[in-house]
Amino acid sequence: MHNLLNAATLFGIVGMAIKLAMPYLYAGLGELFDQAAGVFNLGTEGIMLVGAFSSFYVVYLTGNLGLGVLVAAGTGFLMAVLMALISITFKAPQGISGIGLTMFGTGLSSLLFKTILDGTVLSVPGFPDVPVPLLSKIPYIGDAFFNHNVMVYGAYLLVPVAALVLYKTTFGLKVRAVGQNPQAADTLGVNVNLIRYCCVCAGGILSGIAGATFTLANINMFQEKMTNGTGFIAVALVYFSGWKPQGVLAGALLFSFVNAFQLRMQVLGIEIPSDIAMMLPYLLTILTLVFVKSRDKPAALAVPYERSEN
Amino acid sequence: MSIKAQRFINSIIDVIIPLLATVIALILGAFMLIAFGKNPAEAYAALISGAFGSSRALIQTTLKATPLLLVGIGICIAFRGGVTNIGGEGQIVVGALSSAAVALYVPIESRWVLIPLCFLAAIVAGGIWGGIPGILKARLGVNEILTTVMMNSIAVYLSNYLLRGPMIDPREIEMGTRASQTALLPENTFLTRLAPPTQLNTGSLLAVLLAVVVYIMMWKTTVGYRIRAVGLNPDASRYGGINVPVYQALAITLAGSLAGLAGAVEVLGVQHRVFENISASYGFNGIVAALFGNLHPLGTIPASFLFGGLMVGGNKLQRTVQVNSAFVDTLLGLVVLIVVAAKIVSVNRSKRRAKNA
Amino acid sequence: MKKSTLVLLVVSVAALMLGVFTVHADDVFRVAMVMPSKINDYSFSQSMYEALMKLGETFPEGKFELQKSEDMFNVADAREAIRDYADMGFDLVVAHGSQYGTSLQEIAPDYPETAFAWGNGTDFYGQPNITAYQARAEQGGYVLGEIAAKFTNGAKLGVCGPVESGDAKTYIDGFKVGAKKGGSEVSVTFTSSFSDVSAMAAAAEGHMDEGAVLLTGTSQSIPGAVSVVKERNGHWIGAQWDTIPLAENNVLASLVYDWTPILDDILSKMTDGVLGGSAYDLTFADGGLKIVWNTENIEIDPELIALADELAEKIVAGEIDPLAE
Repeated sequence: MHNLLNAATLFGIVGMAIKLAMPYLYAGLGELFDQAAGVFNLGTEGIMLVGAFSSFYVVYLTGNLGLGVLVAAGTGFLMAVLMALISITFKAPQGISGIGLTMFGTGLSSLLFKTILDGTVLSVPGFPDVPVPLLSKIPYIGDAFFNHNVMVYGAYLLVPVAALVLYKTTFGLKVRAVGQNPQAADTLGVNVNLIRYCCVCAGGILSGIAGATFTLANINMFQEKMTNGTGFIAVALVYFSGWKPQGVLAGALLFSFVNAFQLRMQVLGIEIPSDIAMMLPYLLTILTLVFVKSRDKPAALAVPYERSEN
Repeated sequence: MSIKAQRFINSIIDVIIPLLATVIALILGAFMLIAFGKNPAEAYAALISGAFGSSRALIQTTLKATPLLLVGIGICIAFRGGVTNIGGEGQIVVGALSSAAVALYVPIESRWVLIPLCFLAAIVAGGIWGGIPGILKARLGVNEILTTVMMNSIAVYLSNYLLRGPMIDPREIEMGTRASQTALLPENTFLTRLAPPTQLNTGSLLAVLLAVVVYIMMWKTTVGYRIRAVGLNPDASRYGGINVPVYQALAITLAGSLAGLAGAVEVLGVQHRVFENISASYGFNGIVAALFGNLHPLGTIPASFLFGGLMVGGNKLQRTVQVNSAFVDTLLGLVVLIVVAAKIVSVNRSKRRAKNA
Repeated sequence: MKKSTLVLLVVSVAALMLGVFTVHADDVFRVAMVMPSKINDYSFSQSMYEALMKLGETFPEGKFELQKSEDMFNVADAREAIRDYADMGFDLVVAHGSQYGTSLQEIAPDYPETAFAWGNGTDFYGQPNITAYQARAEQGGYVLGEIAAKFTNGAKLGVCGPVESGDAKTYIDGFKVGAKKGGSEVSVTFTSSFSDVSAMAAAAEGHMDEGAVLLTGTSQSIPGAVSVVKERNGHWIGAQWDTIPLAENNVLASLVYDWTPILDDILSKMTDGVLGGSAYDLTFADGGLKIVWNTENIEIDPELIALADELAEKIVAGEIDPLAE
């Protein structure tokens, strides 16, 4: 029974990990933009749930998947504006406003689900798998890497895009400046709060899409609290990443791999209490936070910008 | 204006702001209710009468307020010390489990020894659950918000494991129903009931007492002063010779201990056994209560009562008007957002004062 | 002889009417149900809610009232709801969750006029106004396990469990035994949560990646697993409630809890003034455990259905122990 080391099983785990990493990538890269500009957004979980419900409902009504993703991005944007307003304009402590946003988003998505749809479990046609021509024909590797839906491919494409934006554009330069030293950036004529608003909104859009991946690109239905803490893990991954897109990629893959691995251990009948197995990814996250030294933490992270007046 | 009068006005404003925030949240909630075709007046009447309308409602509210208060005063210590403790849920769970373990497995007859031992176990367990993030933050600079969130998940899975395996009620196995809960605790570990047959018990008194103790500690002792100094200005504190990481770790450990104690009080006072989801969001809602009480232990007393009422009334709302209980969750989220946003008003006021001075 | 029969008849009819009259004293029979999930969860809660609705149909228009509290996963809240319903004068309060038993034990003595029912449970705590009910899920699990093995010709099967407790566990244990008898290998996963749909979906994918062609599972999180089965054209067997609407072309059959016989009995006892003091088992014997076949959309060998009936009969007769490996 313990054939964990056969190729089909190993590549099966890898393939599943690649798919499971998708929401962590969208939400984690979104959070990366928040934090790079110095905003600690713990509302990701709430934004994801609102994105998940709204996209599901729209696809349920119209059957239009593209529109669903767009709506998730839109509602994510709106939630982000709320977050930005409270933590940038009103300078509220960001950890708590994020928790508030998560409470609000979780409650709202459940409330809408129960009021509009009576809490009925309905399924929608999700994004179909699109095998990459030729590459998907490679034994094992093809199935694991090149036979996913477009939202999965999109998540991985987003990594170089985010890196490009952050490191090769003037906008990215301004973002990092605002995150490291807002005073200096301000003196050089950068509008600190504008940059932060942009980043929080971009983060919200991506988090909303991360929510939509649950309803449209993986499980194809909506249930209350279905993201089950993904948003919090995504925030942790940003710390793990050392505030770099490729770090988010590595973290998301590692976390998903452990998750896929423990589930597969159970399938293979390896004796381990399921509750202990489910604990593994969380233990791992703490351990990585301990051992990965985060050198490039934005110096102004979670500090509202106060323009010195004289 | 005399300094005294100004102080008085300030404290009034500190109280009014959160109340105003709640009113705004309730108004927004009313629009939601109208959108769902419910009568907001009827709904809020049910909410209020369900929470405060009868002696039974008041007792129920007090029972809910008790763990909220214990978690809340812990949050006061942590936040005043500049650490954010999101780990209340997990700390309650381990506190509940360890106090139940002592009650079930330690063969001591005298309740005067056994009950304090249960409390001690909960305080230690909660302290460890809060202390791990505290030490990681102090020693290695690991963000405590993330570690406390992770510790919550770990506590839940640990509790699931214990309640289905080692700690499951033997009767549940015997009967074949296998509900995941511990056996009923021995009666000599139950907290004394204040007004039998209601469940009101000495745990509520303990919580209020501890709120006063925490107030004294934070404002009348050196330890408390240092914790607050570290929270207000870590750089100045370091310059002043205070070991900042130690006091931050201490603050969150104390917060964890109090949340663990909340778990013990819930188990020994009300539930008399541990089952799944024993923390019942007290860990998160305790944050709301503390914020609402201006992060002041004494202010947290009425705030907990108010939010205990909102939780009780919310369930009543579902029963009578058939408005889903998610409505109250949404409302609580709104209250948090508005309260933290409104902080800018008092901040700006004090800044203006500083400028004028 | 004839005369005495007539007298007896008159007396019993009168007694019956009197009984009916006492229950319907205020004309309306009021029932409240407290449950851990939702009335449309395709599982445990829905099974009872639908049975209560069916019960309501036997009453004249407007003479039956059914109120509900959903999502009472927190026992303290459930306890308050139960007490509140009793306080509001409901005739029957159904506490639909194993975790509510101890609360009833405490509340029931305070409301001797109210009938309480709770399950899954076997203990009415010696109270005259508590009825305990329990689904013998392992019976259904065994039958469906063997059927699944036969339907797939001994192919691999997968079980997506929520937590290792309650009737979820007994169903799964029965399924494993039955499947083994039928010649299939079974892999089992637990997600340690009743509601985590994404973990459920991932577990289902794991099973199918390892070659399982038919899956089963319980709890309100199974839609996650069913959506995977649907996508990969596998088969699904449901438990607790009819899951066919979740995936019409993939759900082979569902084990359905039909509480109607038990509720009817509770009601008729209430009419006689007996409010509890007994325990019921939902089994194949009393018609409470039912298998709903999806013959409409899937071609199912009639012999298979016959086999299921035969196995159920054998369990009823005590010839098969569904938990004996």
